[in-house]
Amino acid sequence: MNAVLTAEGLKKSFGAVTAAANISLAFDANTVVSLIGANGAGKTTFLNMVTGYLKPDSGRIMFDRRNIVGLSPRQITKLGVSRSFQVPQLFQTLNVRDNLLIAESIAGAKDPQAATDAALARFALEPYGHQQAGLLPEGIRKLLDVAMALSSRSKLLLLDEPTSSVSADEKFAIMDVVMGAARAAGVTVIFVEHDMDIVARFAGRVVAFYDGGIIADGTPDTVLRADSVRRYVIGDEVPHAAA
Amino acid sequence: MSNILPVAFDGIAYGSWLFLMSAGLTLIYGVMRILNVAHGSLYALGAYAACSFASAWLNGGLPAAGSFGMLLLAAIVVGGLVGPLLERGLLQWMYGKDEVVLVLITYAVFLIMEDVIKLVWGVDSLLLPEPYALPGNFSLGGLAYPAYNLLLIGMALVTGLALVWALYRTRQGKLLLAVIHDREMSMAMGINVSRFYLATFTVGATLAALGGALTAPTVAVTPGIGVEVIVLAFAVVVIGGLGSLGGAALGALLVGLVRSATVRYWPEAELFSIYAVMAIVLIARPKGLFAAQEARKI
Amino acid sequence: MKALAAAAVALALLIALALLAPQWLVFMAMLALAKGVVVLGLVVLMRTGLVSFGQGLYFGIGAYAAALLSHQWHIADAAVMLLAAAAAGGLIAALLGLLLARYRDIFFAMLSLALSMILYGLLVKSAALGSTDGFNLHARTFFGMAFASGMERRVFLIAGSACAVVAALMVHRLLGRHWGRLASAVRDNELRVSYLGASPYRVVYVNYLIAGALAGFGGALAALAVGHVDPETTYWTTSGEFVFIAILGGTQSIIAPFVAAAIFEALRTIASQYAPNVWQMSLGLAMLAIIMFQPAGLWSLAERWRRSA
Repeated sequence: MNAVLTAEGLKKSFGAVTAAANISLAFDANTVVSLIGANGAGKTTFLNMVTGYLKPDSGRIMFDRRNIVGLSPRQITKLGVSRSFQVPQLFQTLNVRDNLLIAESIAGAKDPQAATDAALARFALEPYGHQQAGLLPEGIRKLLDVAMALSSRSKLLLLDEPTSSVSADEKFAIMDVVMGAARAAGVTVIFVEHDMDIVARFAGRVVAFYDGGIIADGTPDTVLRADSVRRYVIGDEVPHAAA
Repeated sequence: MSNILPVAFDGIAYGSWLFLMSAGLTLIYGVMRILNVAHGSLYALGAYAACSFASAWLNGGLPAAGSFGMLLLAAIVVGGLVGPLLERGLLQWMYGKDEVVLVLITYAVFLIMEDVIKLVWGVDSLLLPEPYALPGNFSLGGLAYPAYNLLLIGMALVTGLALVWALYRTRQGKLLLAVIHDREMSMAMGINVSRFYLATFTVGATLAALGGALTAPTVAVTPGIGVEVIVLAFAVVVIGGLGSLGGAALGALLVGLVRSATVRYWPEAELFSIYAVMAIVLIARPKGLFAAQEARKI
Repeated sequence: MKALAAAAVALALLIALALLAPQWLVFMAMLALAKGVVVLGLVVLMRTGLVSFGQGLYFGIGAYAAALLSHQWHIADAAVMLLAAAAAGGLIAALLGLLLARYRDIFFAMLSLALSMILYGLLVKSAALGSTDGFNLHARTFFGMAFASGMERRVFLIAGSACAVVAALMVHRLLGRHWGRLASAVRDNELRVSYLGASPYRVVYVNYLIAGALAGFGGALAALAVGHVDPETTYWTTSGEFVFIAILGGTQSIIAPFVAAAIFEALRTIASQYAPNVWQMSLGLAMLAIIMFQPAGLWSLAERWRRSA
């Protein structure tokens, strides 16, 4: 077994809404996995539980053979789990360079300035170095958000909808940069995505969520063709489907 | 046991007075997100105007009972004039600024008004004992209480009920609740938010002035009387949860009772006890007793 | 190096002022310096995005600590007083900071206000400390050295200046590094700071502690200037004055608090002489004008001149 992250029997509900109904998943090192599902299916809840923002009602989350349930986002980040956000979480009044410099300094880079230069180059952000983060176009904000997450100590990178609210023609370019950087850093990637073309192009494995549970798990080919996925996730008209 | 009655009565009377002050403050915060330091100035203005109006009435040889009407009139005039003046003339340009910056802006207004009051009414204290003395005392359990305090409690009850009725039973009130709940959504649905801001601020200002006008007969009205009141009202509002009317009522009662109990049994701790209550409540419930739920951020 | 040179010049000027200026100006300079140090602490907090409406708490603690040394234990050494006051401020801040560092925005402002009012409430009712009248303090020596009467205050100003300059330099260095950026990061987005692996709580806590120690020091310096302490030092209007000076100077420079405090004290001296009844009004109008037209403080004006020159 070479799993970086293992979730065992995760349960979480908000009042009457079940956001995680007994989820068990294992993620192997150096793989790229996409989580798909309609809004409210439990994808972001899963990321939030893994990163300590939400505490599961029951279940275990093993990272590096250690149960991380109950740890704070800060502690989990220090162990090597990084994440980006659906709405980029940046330091709005600071420039791009300082955003990255803070990230690298906190991550404990030996030479934060050099690490920042490298990150700027890796994410093609050099032209924006001195621009204020709050004033950037959305696509660049998304990139910066990922760049800040992917510091020198990341082992597992979680991306929450890295291409949402980005124009269709930019999506592939952004994902190319992100995945290139992730591969170079040798991290495992789990990303939540709604665009099935992106999923098919970048994921090695796809996990489909529906109503807090998992309805399909496998290669993009098999999962994206499965009837249940086409019906509940992609929204295709499948014969005998009730809308 | 015999001590409980006077402590309770004093506490309720003081709490009623606090409620008049804090109801307007919390309403303004709930709707406009402004923690209005100038509330203390409006209180002071109400007190000064009440002195002027009631003295004029009494000096005119008119029936003394009418001086109560003058107190109310003073509050309405101050609230109806100064409230809109501040909202239209200054605050409406400031919406959307950081909450702490808005505190500073109203603090600046407060400083300005302090001197305006001195320039208009001078620095000597004004006295208006008649309305307080007029109703005399009543006795309860063998002890005498000033009947004026009953009037205070009555005013607080009427005000509270009127606010609840206006908010929950009228169309305009329900729209206002919508504005409190979600400003952007209300604007998108075509509610004229600006008009509600004006109305809210005017009502809040009138309540502050009413608090001052009703206090004028019980104290010497001097420069700086709004200074302490504003932090007291802050304490009450923060205890109750910013923007919560019910919270303000409960907070006022709580502070009133705690204060009257300490005044009775440990007079040195009077001021201390009020802010200690606030600190304890904030430690136990960081956003006050009735705070709005916060939405998930990510 | 530039900062060191500026510090040396500032110290030289202050020493010259302490030795040559008339007594009233020495007095005014001490007060301005005292407030400048308090506001320096406030600026450190504001870099983290927090405004305390209760720095009077630590100002008062510092002032009373100094005065108690003189009054209760007959220690009349100014150096001991200043150090004890900074330590007392820092110590109480280290305690209360455990609680306050959890709060943000208006709740931080209001809770810090409440805490200062608790102390005020205690002081006005404590007969042993002179209730509302307060009591006098006497400082005669500095590190054991005695001086001719009339000279004490000048010496205290020099000592205060040296400490203030050192404090300002330390704050400047601290904020110029990772810590300063981290403070801005906490102000902008705490969630991200946590998700990078740092603790916003710790940043706020440490900055609050620094602000408390500096305010304690300022309180003792002011007490040495006035020779008297009273509960007014902890009242919310005193805290409001510090916030005003911070807004006046802006948070971009560590010299700004001192310049703003000097302007403030000078204006107040003039106003109390010629226009005592419109002093608060002028303050209010100035504050509105700065918030509306110069939100980064007057210091940003000076920066602009320098750049265009």
